[in-house]
Amino acid sequence: MRYLPLTPQDRTDMLAKIGVAAVDDLFANVPKSKLLKGLVDLPKAKGELDVERIMGAMAAENITASEVPFFVGAGAYKHHVPASVDHLIQRSEFLTSYTPYQPEIAQGTLQYLFEFQTQVALLTGMEVANASMYDGSTGAAEAVLMAHRVTKRRKAILAGNLHPHYRDTIETLSRMAGDELVSLEPNPADASADLKAVAAAIDAETSCIVIQTPDVFGNLHDLTAIAKKAQDAGALLIAVVTEVVSLGAVTPPGAMGADIVVAEGQSIGVGLNFGGPYVGLFATKQKYVRQMPGRLCGETVDAEGRRGFVLTLSTREQHIRREKATSNICTNSGLMCLAFTIHMTLLGETGLRRLAAINHANACDLADRLADVDGVEVLNGSFFNEFAIRVPGDAAKVVEKMAKKGVLAGVPAARLWPKHKALKDIILVANTEVNTDDDRAAFVAALGASL
Amino acid sequence: MATTKYTKDHEYIRIDGDVGTVGISHYAQEQLGDVVFVELPSSGKAVKKGDSAAVVESVKAASDIYSPVSGQVVEANPDLEGAPATVNDDPAGKGWFFKVKIANPAELDELMDEAAYKAFLDTL
Amino acid sequence: MSMNNQGRPTAAGEAGAASAHPTFTGNKALQIEEALIFEIGRPEVTGVDMPEPKKVKSRLGKLARKEPIDLPGLSEPETMRHYVRLSQKNFGIDTGLFPLGSCTMKHNARLNEKMARLPGFGDIHPLQPVSTVQGALELIDRLADYLKELTGMPAVAMSPKAGAHGELAGMMAIKAALEAKGEGHRKTVLVPESAHGTNPATAALIGFEVKAVPAQADGTVHVSDVKAALTPDVAAIMLTNPNTCGIFEKEIVEIAKAIHDAGAYFYCDGANFNAIVGKARPGDLGVDAMHINLHKTFSTPHGGGGPGAGPVVLSERLAAFVPYPFIRAGKGFSLVEEGGKLDKGEMPFGRMSAFHGQMGMFVRALAYMLSHGADGMKLASEDAVLNANYIRASLADLMSLPFGNQPCMHEALFDDEWLKNTGVSTLDFAKAMIDEGYHPMTMYFPLVVHGAMLIEPTESESKASLDLFIATLRDLALSAKRGQVERFKNAPFHAPRRRLDETRAARNPVLRWTRPQPYAEAAE
Ligand SMILES: Cc1ncc(COP(=O)(O)O)c(C=O)c1O
Repeated sequence: MRYLPLTPQDRTDMLAKIGVAAVDDLFANVPKSKLLKGLVDLPKAKGELDVERIMGAMAAENITASEVPFFVGAGAYKHHVPASVDHLIQRSEFLTSYTPYQPEIAQGTLQYLFEFQTQVALLTGMEVANASMYDGSTGAAEAVLMAHRVTKRRKAILAGNLHPHYRDTIETLSRMAGDELVSLEPNPADASADLKAVAAAIDAETSCIVIQTPDVFGNLHDLTAIAKKAQDAGALLIAVVTEVVSLGAVTPPGAMGADIVVAEGQSIGVGLNFGGPYVGLFATKQKYVRQMPGRLCGETVDAEGRRGFVLTLSTREQHIRREKATSNICTNSGLMCLAFTIHMTLLGETGLRRLAAINHANACDLADRLADVDGVEVLNGSFFNEFAIRVPGDAAKVVEKMAKKGVLAGVPAARLWPKHKALKDIILVANTEVNTDDDRAAFVAALGASL
Repeated sequence: MATTKYTKDHEYIRIDGDVGTVGISHYAQEQLGDVVFVELPSSGKAVKKGDSAAVVESVKAASDIYSPVSGQVVEANPDLEGAPATVNDDPAGKGWFFKVKIANPAELDELMDEAAYKAFLDTL
Repeated sequence: MSMNNQGRPTAAGEAGAASAHPTFTGNKALQIEEALIFEIGRPEVTGVDMPEPKKVKSRLGKLARKEPIDLPGLSEPETMRHYVRLSQKNFGIDTGLFPLGSCTMKHNARLNEKMARLPGFGDIHPLQPVSTVQGALELIDRLADYLKELTGMPAVAMSPKAGAHGELAGMMAIKAALEAKGEGHRKTVLVPESAHGTNPATAALIGFEVKAVPAQADGTVHVSDVKAALTPDVAAIMLTNPNTCGIFEKEIVEIAKAIHDAGAYFYCDGANFNAIVGKARPGDLGVDAMHINLHKTFSTPHGGGGPGAGPVVLSERLAAFVPYPFIRAGKGFSLVEEGGKLDKGEMPFGRMSAFHGQMGMFVRALAYMLSHGADGMKLASEDAVLNANYIRASLADLMSLPFGNQPCMHEALFDDEWLKNTGVSTLDFAKAMIDEGYHPMTMYFPLVVHGAMLIEPTESESKASLDLFIATLRDLALSAKRGQVERFKNAPFHAPRRRLDETRAARNPVLRWTRPQPYAEAAE
């Protein structure tokens, strides 16, 4: 077994030192009848080559985002990640280290977390950010709990155009925690109606409103007025961003008055990975920092007066506060923070803005081309790199047909809202820097042939 | 002169008429190590004897401060938020936590005086 | 007050003698001081070349960003250097023995990294048509089967994203099951004080009240204490097995029975499952739910604090409540999401997160399992236990064991009794280990043991490596007992940083870089 260094002789010698006859003597606390005699019913050990064959065969059964014209988004986006990012995150000292509990020998991790927190704060337009959540959706659920703590109220209002998976994640945690939740209906055709509905639902019990921008249909929202409305009522505005690249082109939630911003950071540095691991970004105002979930890295000095970094404000966390902690999170998304921060460092202001501009331009180009397809309607008044189209008939069938023609066209709304008949003819279409003119031409052709 | 009484949990209350000033003993601040944050009750809050009324945090621990008596909080120390180290530097003086209007003076009789508290510390 | 004096000195201490050979740069040969990206980057520099965007009519409306972001950029060579230098300030498993108890810092095979990067796994989208990701669903389904076989449990929820998230899923399943039986009034969860902080935090997160159960002098929980605590409002017990003291709970079967007889559920924290993989199955012991930290037991890398994955296996009593989404195998694989067709008896309690879980970790864990096989996994557990006991036996004459010199499982727990009157604390001892080239063990956890030192060598260490580690700890221990305090008090001396001032960090939190004010403004 290539991973196990002990030789049979080592084992014998070590047992002698310990003073037992057999290794099972060390398992004496396991009830005799429960100690397995033989092996579990799984295959025996394999060499690298065999494992590669088995796994390679499974991998080969999937159609990858790079091999076809690819327009699937709805919370996870295909972007190009520079080669140096994946190289650097595989440095042993990053990959095989633990949460930085011993800061003297973890300054590498701690410094990039400090840089990550700063980048997230700058991007979202907020004062402080934490060292990550699991992903955007769990971050959103934690944000709602945080708003409850800050306001000492227990009722959240979710905008209808919030990603349904985010809604369900929040809904599950809220229901289990015994909190109240108002979840509004989606409104693809009139995005401003969604904010009006949220505004109308705010009352004296409301702890927070949760609004996504760009929303799940791709519409951009000016949150300034609703932020004020919420805050006047003593509630917080939680803004959700599922496509962080948008922040290179649009006004960030912090500039519109958001109290908490949660975002999915996957687009920067992290691959699609069939849904995980991703990285949740979580930012807020300085005055709420003690109610924040998750780890925080802070600056300090060492005994020789040199700048250094440590995990700080840990009394919020489970390992100290236990049942009174702000969250139960322990392991977070460390290495994905690293991927995010390296990619963001490579981009810089100039690169991020260029990347965002290309995404937007490509999406506009596709929208323009679709205007010429009979029976197809782009629903959005505004969008960044994703929009919703209405097609005649069953959108899920259209997407399947297009897949057969070698185009992965987007997410049929029915996949996310199976019970909403009115959304059956809608497809969410994302367009990033990876899509070429040829891809868009292929999209239009495949769509035309699938209606 | 105001008298000071102590709890077994190392809070003190300095009694001045019907108002008591609550803080933690020198021994307690020493045990806690560097205090980095104090969470205080808002004035007007009603507390019962033994209720957790404040939280004192060091880097690695958070401890509840129990009110030594029942009553109503009349003031919280406004200086601790910006200077939590005061709890270490001057626990009996500037490092007080909150003042409470004592509802039931009889409760004070259940507390230790200076000498009894000293004797109690010797048993720890 | 609730005197919680787990606090240990958190100021930086004294510097002692400064370096005898100061350098102009502050660098020390391979240890190079590295500024923040905000200090070396420039907004006009980018390390990514991209074409001009097409000319289009903007659809951003009035939300087009007006203000600069103020993000620094670095060219590619500068980026490489920045992060390589940072990496050199870090200790990883590949650097040396990393005996961090409870965290299971075992070898991370690079084959697993390679597999996770196969485009067929790494470059597929969670919402692309199910017909185009059959291999991915097959992989998750296969991993689920392996986990069920290894634990002897009939069901598993794959979507939780780390151990704590698995705990949450498991406790939610228990809550859903209680509510389905009309027993929602059960509000108490029993948790021993030795438990990891995530256990009480999880229970409290969804409205349970936490009640402590004591452990006895041998470090285990006794069934009599559990029975005494089993009031009618008890919903569940959360017990770690092997426990956080590194001991297998020997009355676990009786405890499970008592719990079930009282109508409650048995949640097992499976963070230490790595000690018993292939040796004993939680399903045979009466467990109802247990999360598995794939990043511990199945070696998906810790990555400096994540990502992890925390699938939670469920007993027959909880199987119906597996949350969305889950995979159904039949003719091909389908994914059951909200609104999908449920089989009789299925009652998903909701959703833990967007999408389907930590696929990248699933791939690595399955590569680990296939590589080890049934035989290798059993041997790995045995070697992990053997290595820990070898350390225990080799140090027991010098360092004190809180629960007597009995066999441990995969980790050996010492307390600080033996350091009494030496002037050296657990913290000091740990910091001196750093100078010797080791990552310290887990310290001050579990909380029930004074000055705890929890040493988990894992199966990845050779005998030679263990022998040197033992010799080093013996030398340090003797040094402490001889009163050579200076070796400890201000250690580490040789790390990239000396002790850091955590008090200052917490009193005046600086959580992000801010641009120094221009001189003129600052002077105003
Ligand atoms: C005993 C125990 N339980 C639970 C956890 C939480 O697991 P995770 O960090 O994966 O959320 C840990 C890990 O730190 C642990 O050691």
